[in-house]
Amino acid sequence: MEWEVVIGLETHAQLQTKTKIFSGASTAFGAEPNTQACEVSIALPGVLPVLNKEAVHCAIKFGLAVDAEIAPRSVFARKNYFYPDLPKGYQISQYELPVVGKGAITIQVPAVGKNPAYEKVVNITRAHLEEDAGKSVHGAVEGMSGIDLNRAGTPLLEIVTEPDMRSAAEAVAYAKKLHELVQWIGICDGNMQEGSFRCDVNVSVRPKGSDKLGTRREIKNLNSFRFMQQAIEYETRWQIETLEDGGVIHQATVLFNPDTGETRAMRSKEEANDYRYFPDPDLLPLEITEADKAQVQLLMPELPSAMKTRFETQYGLTNYDAATLTASRDLADYFVATVNAGAEAKPAANWAMGAIAAKLNAEEKSLADSPVSAVQLASLLKRIADSTISNNAAKQVFEAMWNGEGEVDAIIEAKGLKQVSDTGAIEAIIDDVLAANQAMVEEFKAGKEKAFNALVGQAMKASRGKANPAQVNEILKAKLGA
Amino acid sequence: MALSTDDIKKIAHLARIEVSGDEAQATLAKLTGIMGLIEQMQAVDTQGIAPMSHSQDVVQRLRDDVVNKTNQREAFQQIAPVLGNGSAERAVDHGLYLVPKVIE
Repeated sequence: MEWEVVIGLETHAQLQTKTKIFSGASTAFGAEPNTQACEVSIALPGVLPVLNKEAVHCAIKFGLAVDAEIAPRSVFARKNYFYPDLPKGYQISQYELPVVGKGAITIQVPAVGKNPAYEKVVNITRAHLEEDAGKSVHGAVEGMSGIDLNRAGTPLLEIVTEPDMRSAAEAVAYAKKLHELVQWIGICDGNMQEGSFRCDVNVSVRPKGSDKLGTRREIKNLNSFRFMQQAIEYETRWQIETLEDGGVIHQATVLFNPDTGETRAMRSKEEANDYRYFPDPDLLPLEITEADKAQVQLLMPELPSAMKTRFETQYGLTNYDAATLTASRDLADYFVATVNAGAEAKPAANWAMGAIAAKLNAEEKSLADSPVSAVQLASLLKRIADSTISNNAAKQVFEAMWNGEGEVDAIIEAKGLKQVSDTGAIEAIIDDVLAANQAMVEEFKAGKEKAFNALVGQAMKASRGKANPAQVNEILKAKLGA
Repeated sequence: MALSTDDIKKIAHLARIEVSGDEAQATLAKLTGIMGLIEQMQAVDTQGIAPMSHSQDVVQRLRDDVVNKTNQREAFQQIAPVLGNGSAERAVDHGLYLVPKVIE
């Protein structure tokens, strides 16, 4: 039987606020245990939550970015469960009336093998505000667990999708797109190691063509895209094999073990009503007016989709180039800065996506740490455009700039890479080459086209790569009467 | 909706409240009474009336995103629960609050 995998994601994005969602305690990462755990964070009796305006603005920004309905009125609810890192005995979340309603994100799924790249719309079910829990620390004291409540009360936006994805590649493409988007609009720092962006993935399988959903298992707390890919692939295989062996899938929460590459059931999923959600009487309904939305709209940067369209029309870039450049705000900004510094758009795009990206990738650096600035890249591209250097020589100059050997013109001078465009000089070189390679000339005249390229190669070699290749071609053609 | 003592025990467990057999019987009677009251209220026609989550018709006030809490760990840890080994020692260590070992 042919199977189809159905995937939905729940992502917790930690919001970039200075203080917690319901108190004025700092959210800075890495502080000494419990030094940022105020009376609200540790749930002393009698304390009351007061909602952080900036957290609400972050939620509105996200709603605007995914073209979602933003609820004029939403309600905070208590999600009741007992765990030591949750001293209140409930997490303040949103249940029936979330702040952000239905929206959509367009993703680009990369080509795999023979399957070409494609675009797909992933529907957002909802996004709601909630508080994070604290952290348990094991092993510090024998037989005890330590609790650090610095993280308790950190604002989160939980973003839930429809079960729209049909492969691990689609799920990862969505997660990457969302990861970039929340950073682009400045609501989350996207740091996955520090847990600022955590994904839970719901996976089920069903016979291809069926419109009924299978029983899902939820893979918890994936903190890298690579692990997400591996975990989904393993889980999908496991579910298909289980069903084909006549087994049954039980709803469960599973953990991914990066060492074995396997998923393992953690505990049977509690029924949703076991959390006994009810409206939190300590918090009044959150009202968001049209004026609030308009105010936040003014703070919004140009969104990737709008920027992509603009790159196509303003700079004449292809759909693919514009999509690649706007996949990251840093890259888009770098491209624009290069063009603004005087480079032509197409070569600026090619170099930013090609040589620069390859170098950064190899050295695991971000654009902010690039040794070649946008202005430096532009000065290099200008030297190609005015025929001072060839494309090949430009690669050498780029390497030298990357290694901190100086500015473009100084490197061209020092390495003697200046292109020879003096017709007389090139003619002299070609005359020598023709005289020394009579055999090739005869071959060419006998109809061997390849001999022409060989002669071009000889001429370039004789000029030590410095002759302008277009001129060499032209002059050689004239001399051979071709 | 008819409740059973099993429901009572389940609810008590979720709330981490210890309920003996007799108490479960007594609680069942009380809760059944409350459920009856709710059933009576549900008979009222509420068509066209927006559901209410709070008794007051006011909206949430928002706080500016400014740090105004200082570190009071020492004060809070002086009133933390005691270790429970007979001494008056607080269940704290290296700034952490201690709890019986949590095993996932």
